[in-house]
Amino acid sequence: MGLLSRKDSKLILDPLADDNPITIQVLGICSALAITAQLKASIVMAISVLFVLGAGNVVISLIRNIIPSKIRIIVQLTVVAALVIIVDQVLKAFSYQLSKELGAFIGLIITNCIIMGRFEAFALGNGPWRSFLDGIGNALGYGVILIIVGFFRELLGSGTLLGFKVLGDPIAKTGLYSIGYENNGFMLLAPMALIVVGVIIWVQRTRNKALIED
Amino acid sequence: MENRTDKNSYTILFAIGMVLIVGALLAFVASSLKPNITENKRIEKQQNILYAMGVNENEEGSANFISTDKVADEFTKYITKQIVITNGTQAEENSEAYLIDVKKEQSKAKSGGERRLPLFIGEKEGKTYYIAPIRGKGLWDAVWAYVAMDKNMVVQGAYFDHQGETAGLGANIKERFFMDDFIGEHLLDASGNFVGINISKSNADPLNKDKTDNEVDAIAGATITGDGVSAMLRSDLKLYVPYFKTLKN
Repeated sequence: MGLLSRKDSKLILDPLADDNPITIQVLGICSALAITAQLKASIVMAISVLFVLGAGNVVISLIRNIIPSKIRIIVQLTVVAALVIIVDQVLKAFSYQLSKELGAFIGLIITNCIIMGRFEAFALGNGPWRSFLDGIGNALGYGVILIIVGFFRELLGSGTLLGFKVLGDPIAKTGLYSIGYENNGFMLLAPMALIVVGVIIWVQRTRNKALIED
Repeated sequence: MENRTDKNSYTILFAIGMVLIVGALLAFVASSLKPNITENKRIEKQQNILYAMGVNENEEGSANFISTDKVADEFTKYITKQIVITNGTQAEENSEAYLIDVKKEQSKAKSGGERRLPLFIGEKEGKTYYIAPIRGKGLWDAVWAYVAMDKNMVVQGAYFDHQGETAGLGANIKERFFMDDFIGEHLLDASGNFVGINISKSNADPLNKDKTDNEVDAIAGATITGDGVSAMLRSDLKLYVPYFKTLKN
């Protein structure tokens, strides 16, 4: 990569696969369960986290030398909360329909432990540019898993993708439904998200044995 | 040597400074965006009301409001009268009735005050629609609706919405397959008593052919949201019954 040094590009690429925040670090599981019943919600959540984590990491990194260590967690929380409120307000003002569809999800970004995790583990000890890359990388790694899980849950649970009926119409019995296929409503419930994440973890560790912990 | 940032005085000053900066920033963002947000909410209300009476841009399967640039004109065109009902039957015209906050009126009623009931009267293709805004509780947060009825309290259309029901489950109350089930449903029973419409899990009529059974089919996995919607329809629309009785005479 010409644009980034090898060390910098590692910051983006590692979280996408072998240091993935969800499947390897097992962070952010809560939101991966809550919002992945539909692909669209997963995508928007991924984008919102991308913004909050990218910007938050830079802010924390810029003030890392003046944060009092005793209250650093509170400072981090304030930064996340402020960014999330700004995202929420801007969406409400300029993209009202979208913000309605997201509802509580935007607020839930605050509780995403990946964000606090990256502030604490990376931004407090690195410069703004590297922190920015780390934030983007981790948010992408998170987003990829979210989108994979959302894809399977919406496809198998509702027979749709982004709202389009890709498998035919379950009521009119067209497409796959005409030969007796049924949607698996269980896919829409949170436990199935865990099982899908579990399958991803299994596949990933089968392919790269070095990831298996004792 | 003790680090400068470990001192208590520094910590307190930092905390105060941070609160001031973040507070000022958020207050600035909120107040500068507030006019846009209020306007969006007002437009949305008009869109919801028009949607309930069938003025919308629905395509097959998806619910689409009339576009925001057209909504003001269409609203004045179709909504011929807005009234506020007090004491059950006294109706007073009020061209800003749609801005009445149902939530505030409900809490007024709870604390012993009098609840104003807004009702919007629309005309479309020679038919008169009475549209009532109602509000209740779902599983996680508020649910609300605009229900368009004829003068016999037969539902002509409905728009449901929610604050934070589960995506893919309770959130489906704002999907066409659920909302369209209400069209033609009776709120009164055969002898004219108010019963509401029950979101029923044991509905023996999943295709919703029987419009006088006071039931529509529930959404699988959204029991509590469905119960909340049933309760909302029952308790809030009941308040309009005395007014609808005066229409018949």
